[in-house]
Order: sequence, then C-alpha cells, then structure tokens
Amino acid sequence: MGQTITSLRLSNGLQVLLKEIHTAPIISQWVWYRVGSRDEHPGITGISHWNEHMLFKGTPRFPAKVLDKAISRLGGQWNALTSQDWTAYYETMPAETFDLTLELEADRMQHGIFEPEEVELERTVILSERQGSENEPLFRLSEEVTATAFRVHPYHHEVIGDTADLLTIQRDDLYQHYRTYYLPNNAVLAVAGDFDHQAMLARIQELFESIPGGPEPSRTNRQEPPQTGERQVVVEGPGDTTYMQLVYHVPAANHPDFIALMVLDSLLSGPSGASISGGGLSNKTSRLYRALVEGELAISISGGLQASIDPYLYTLLLILHPGRKAEDIVTVVQSEIQRLQDAPPPANELARAVKQARALFAYGMDSITSQAFWLGYSEMFASYAWFENYLDRLATVTPEDVQRVAQVYLRRQNCTRGTYLPDSRSNAP
Amino acid sequence: MTSKQLSPNGSYPGPEDITRVELPNGIIVLARANFNSPSVVLNGYLSAGSLSEPLDKLGLANFTAAALMRGSQQHDFQQIYDILESVGAGLGFSGGVHSTSLGGMALVEDLPLLLRLTNEILRYPTFPVEQIERLRTQLLTGLAIQAQDTAAMAHLTWDQIVYQDHPYSLPEEGQPETIARIQPEDLHAFHQQFYGPRGMVIILVGAVEPDAMIAQVEATLGDWQNPAQQFSPPLPSLELLSNTVLRKVPIPGKSQVDIILGNPGPTRRSPDFLASALGNSILGQFGMYGRIGEIVREQEGLAYYAYSSLSAGIGPGAWYASAGVDPVNIEKTIALIRQEWRRMIEQPVSAEELADSQANFIGRLPLRLESNGGVASALLRLERHQLGLDYYQRYTGLVRSLTTEQVLAAAQHYLDPDRMGIAIAGVES
Repeated sequence: MGQTITSLRLSNGLQVLLKEIHTAPIISQWVWYRVGSRDEHPGITGISHWNEHMLFKGTPRFPAKVLDKAISRLGGQWNALTSQDWTAYYETMPAETFDLTLELEADRMQHGIFEPEEVELERTVILSERQGSENEPLFRLSEEVTATAFRVHPYHHEVIGDTADLLTIQRDDLYQHYRTYYLPNNAVLAVAGDFDHQAMLARIQELFESIPGGPEPSRTNRQEPPQTGERQVVVEGPGDTTYMQLVYHVPAANHPDFIALMVLDSLLSGPSGASISGGGLSNKTSRLYRALVEGELAISISGGLQASIDPYLYTLLLILHPGRKAEDIVTVVQSEIQRLQDAPPPANELARAVKQARALFAYGMDSITSQAFWLGYSEMFASYAWFENYLDRLATVTPEDVQRVAQVYLRRQNCTRGTYLPDSRSNAP
Repeated sequence: MTSKQLSPNGSYPGPEDITRVELPNGIIVLARANFNSPSVVLNGYLSAGSLSEPLDKLGLANFTAAALMRGSQQHDFQQIYDILESVGAGLGFSGGVHSTSLGGMALVEDLPLLLRLTNEILRYPTFPVEQIERLRTQLLTGLAIQAQDTAAMAHLTWDQIVYQDHPYSLPEEGQPETIARIQPEDLHAFHQQFYGPRGMVIILVGAVEPDAMIAQVEATLGDWQNPAQQFSPPLPSLELLSNTVLRKVPIPGKSQVDIILGNPGPTRRSPDFLASALGNSILGQFGMYGRIGEIVREQEGLAYYAYSSLSAGIGPGAWYASAGVDPVNIEKTIALIRQEWRRMIEQPVSAEELADSQANFIGRLPLRLESNGGVASALLRLERHQLGLDYYQRYTGLVRSLTTEQVLAAAQHYLDPDRMGIAIAGVES
C-alpha cells in the first residue's frame, strides 16, 4: 500500500478519510453511518435497513426518480448496505463526474423526505425482500441460531427485522430514527481514487461542514451474559438437504484475540476473503475440510468471523453428506477443535495463513471500490490502522496464541448448534 | 493530477497493449499488463462443452471439468490443493454449453506454478474412483439444493419452454439420473475426445510483461497435441413458440415465487445486439431497473426485485424479465411486464431514455475495465465473439451511433408479448 491517507474531523464532527489512487480515472466514495440492527429493540427491528431504503426515495432537491437516474446516466455503480453495526452508502464513478455524488450524500444526510405514501410502498417491498430470504433454508436456520445465541444483545435479530415489526413500523418511527442517527458527527466519509486530496477536501468542507451536528445518539448497552451451556435449535422445512451451523461467542474486532481467531479460522475452515467483491480461495487443505468432506461426513464446510463493534460469533457452516447423522459430524468437529486445544499447530500452517491473507489483499488492490471500502469500514469497529497493520499483526500470531484462543472460545459451553432438517417434501422426481 | 491510463477513447485495452498470439498447436493467448497489484488473473476456455454430451449423460461436460482437479498423474487431490492453497492461489474449471471455462489467480511470483498446474491438470487428469464418487455426491447434493431454489428452477424451466428441442433447453449440470449414471470411464473418454489445444483460449492480465506471460504459456501448454480432438456439432436452428406457454414448478414451503418470462434474443454477433442491449437497459436495467423496475417495484410495490436481462452468446440468447413476488401477485406482475413488452414494440423509446442508457454504457466502461478480472473478462469476450482488439476503443462511437428507430427494430425483432415463455417456480402445488 504505502499511499498517504488524509484523515481529519470537520468542525461538525464528520470524520473524513481520503486516499489518492491514480491507477484509473475512477473515484469511489463511501458514507458510513454508525447505526445498524444493534441499535434496534423489539418493536422497531428492521428500522435501520428500512431507513436505508427510504434514502433512495428522494429529497426535495433530488426527488425519488431523479437520484438513481442521475448516477446511472453517468455510468456509476452504487448501492447501500445495512449491517448489525453500520449503514453504508457508496458510489463508484468516473472521476470527472464524481462531484454529483458528494452533493447527493450531503443532501440526503439531512433532507430525506420520508413521504407516508412512499413508506407504505416500501413496506411491501421490504416484506417481499424478507419473503425472498425466507425461501432459503440457510436464512431460516441462521435466524434461529443467532436468536438462540443472543438472548439479550440486539444482535439477536436479523438486519431485515421481524415481520411483526415490518408490519407495524410507522413513518414517524422511521423519520425519528433517521434524525437521531444520520448526523455528521455519527458518520464517516471515505473517498479513494483519482483526485487531488486538497481539492477534494475543500469541496467536502464546502458541501458537508455546514450540516449541523446533533446530540450523540445514546446507545443501549445490553451486554450478552456469558453462555454457560451448549444450546441447540432445530428448524424443519422442505427439501432433501441437512444443514448445520455451529456458532461460538467471540470478542469484538478490536480485541487483541481477534487476530489470532482469524488465523484459527484459516486453519479450521480456510482463508476468508479480504475484499468485498468476494473472490475467495479454496479451502480443501483446511482441517475441517479434510476431516469432514474427505471423511464423507459433509459435502462442504465454510467458516468465518465478522469484524463487529460488540462481541459477536464465529460461525461454521456445513452441508451434511446425505444419510449422515448430525451427531457424527459434531463429534468430528469437536475432535478437530480438541486437536487445536491440545497442542499448538505447526508453524508452517500459520505461515500459510499469512501468505493466503497477503494474496487476498493483493487481489483486492486493483479495485478502487475495494480500497475505498476498507478506508471507512475499519473505522466502524476500530480505525484504518487496523486494516493497514493487518498483515503485520497476522504475522505476529504464534502457534501458542492459536491454541489459547481455541481453548478459550471453542468450548462446548460457548457453542450454539443449529440444524436444518429437511422433511423431504420435495417434488423432485 | 489525474490518470492518463484510461480515458474516453484513450487507453482502453486495444491493439497497442493487448498482445495476441496463436501458438503452433492452436492455443490462442491474449495478455495485457497491469502493474497496479502484484498479482495475475488467468481465464479462458477450451472447446469441450455440453453440446458434445449424449442425452443419457447430461452433465458430463461439467462433471469432467469439476473432476479435473481430483487428481493428476503427478499429484493427488490434496497435493494439488496444497500447491495452490500454500501460496494463496486459486484455480478452477467449469463446464458450459459451448466450452469449458478455466479461471485462476496468483501472486506474480506464483504465475509459473499456476500455469504448470493448469497444464498438468488439463492434460493428465486421472479421475480416481474414490474422488469421483465423492464429487458425484457433491454434484447430486447441488442438484437437490437447486431443486429447492425458486430462481434456479424458474430459469431451467424457462429454458425448457423456450428452447424446446434445441440444445439450449438442456440443463448443463445434468439431472440426478444422468449424474448417477456417469462413470470414470465416461470422464476419461470425454476428456480424450474433446479436450485439446485447438479452439483453446488463454488470457492473462497482471503485473508481468505480456511477452513474458505468453512465453510461460508456451513453455507449459505449447506442446499439447490431441490429433483426435473432436468438436461439438453445429447448433440447429431454433423454432420459436407459436403461442405463449406458461409452466408452473411447485416447490412446497416457499414464501415467494420466481417468475421468468420472455423470448429468445440475439446472438452476440447479431448486427442488432447493441441496439437490443440498449433497449434492454431502458426496459429493465437503467436506474432502479428501468421501466419494469419502475412499474413493478416503485409504483406498485409488488417486488423486491423486478428487472429485465439480455444474455447473448454464440447461439440465440435470452431476453427475459425476472421478478420475485408473493404468490398472490403473480398474475398482476405478469400482466404489468407483458404491458411493458408490448410498449417496447409499439412505440420507439424516447430520445431522453436512449440518451440516458447510452451515457450509462459509455460512462461505466472504465469501471468495468479497472480490475484484472474485469479486463480478463473483457478480453475473453473480444476473442470468443471476434469483436476485434480495438473494440473498446470503438465502443463509445458504436453506442452513440444508435438511434431510437434501431432500438425499436431490435425490440420488434425479438420481443413478442403474445408468444412468451413464462416459468413460475415456488408455487405450493
């Protein structure tokens, strides 16, 4: 990397990060709001995601149909994402037409209209989005597993929200949520690409600095109490395929153990993508693949950690080999975990994990969108230094560190296991 | 301080920086340098495809492609993946209708390794019995999962309706009965008959000089010969539907159905392909998914997604609309989309609509040509469809030259609201 980052805070609290990249005439911008499903309680689950939808419904200056056409006309790519911890809006544009998107984001930070009629139309769209997710066994399983693992913390519900709330949330709830969290002092603006940082900064100040800040949103801190016994949940549904999800409570991304856990995951289930475009690598030499897939207990195995603000979950996902029993799989998973708990792994496995991470970073470097993503994303749960120093810190993890985090976090008492059992109602011939 | 590397009509990939070489054994290699990231992307294809498979062994081409990595004369399955995963490289093969695709990536220093492995796997696969059985179970599970997937089943069913007796009606991944039937000797035979250097294309984009990349290909695959190599039969002509055909696929327990409706479309080389593509943009892509998105999602709130799509390859492509809706909205959604189909053929699009989509096509080009993967895909298209190495330099002019009359003529050529194929998957019964 080695390109300079300009990082500062405007007088209204907006955090700005700029990175010049002159490899292509493209600029990518991401606006991150520190609001997500963790800020929701029963009654308003899904409201942050719905808010995100409403910000495409227009402002007085950029009415609903003007906004998306304006960007498409310029050939830009754009989208928005809501997660447990944040809501992000991004545009990637040809450099010479970028300015419009700055105006757009400054405008919708303050002037979202939230017309009642549009709110109602969007209600059915979001219900439709939820229904589409419900079509998938893995969504249904994951929803139950997460709800079982988290009893207290708001991470327990899905970002899309519960249908009960999607049916009852009102326009004023949405607007209130928007005014509470969509503040410059609760946001990060990250821009990477083909520009001059001084000119860009001046323009950002011109457009954003006059937006008034507001009271820091209060956050409820409903810490999840430690899990003291294994939990299990079963979801039954149509199909012929059995899925299993095993989750373990792990610390937040800025905890010292997180990086060792990433190495642990690499050894157990293979390397995780370090770019938002996916583009992962195969995992066939990972320990769980060898034990479970080569062992003909599973068809596939995947695993992953999520960089979160509060402690979240390490997830293992398996598709069972037809005719195999869930208990057989669990026994093997536990014995693989036991191996890592009993003895530190060989140093060459860690070296491989580091090399894989280095490769994945390199693959992400030719995308300005990906680089812009990381600028702001890492600020959500830590700082950009988290990303910049990632490979270096990864290389300092020792085999003993991996053994220790396996012992501390991959205990049965810390595990929630979910199984999707097909009722073989399929109509396949 | 802006980049000069890519600018409109400036340095898009073209004859000056794409090196294209035909090796003596028939392999065509295209290479372009990009030093923005210390990595290389590989892609390409061989002329072995599902067009060459017998009807009782549907899925043979894809099975063979998937089975290549299961063992070679030099390395077994774990060794192959150990070679790749130790260095964070990726490599994979998949079967298609006309050809088998290959794709991979590696850090610069590992390109020789990647090409050596590609050579070994393509020429000396062993299809070990135990591995093939394991792969078979994975493929069958994949088909079982697919049978529950409303979007996938809608697509497969639509192909059956619209392509009828044409080979494009057949599922590339086969069916459970046909996959169950395929034996290692079938894979060997398919490999021996259809895999060879003639008709093969390899593309490399990354941080190496083109001549050096081509030399490495020549040093590995340059001596491959298969004098007995066979090629797929020519495509028969396609008979169009004489009336609308609607088919429902019951899949129990689904909250949402997927609808696909449309007609066969142009080939990639059809003179009216680009006019069709612009028409498709207006119909169901531009902004929040064009006219279809506007009416089905924005105005009526019926769907989370509703859009149109144009895919055009070597044979007659597909021009269709896709929507995910609550079952109670099926008829309404079909009626609305049919209305838009009719509108496209009864009146020319407006000058403004055309200008918007032209601007989008031109504006987004630098974004699509930014990454190694994007450039590699672009080069593959250039070669497969003989578009010319200067295509991207001529592209802006080609797009700008099109008129509303040409878009209307293209729409009238392909879109027929009274003879549509309509597939609906996910109904209860």
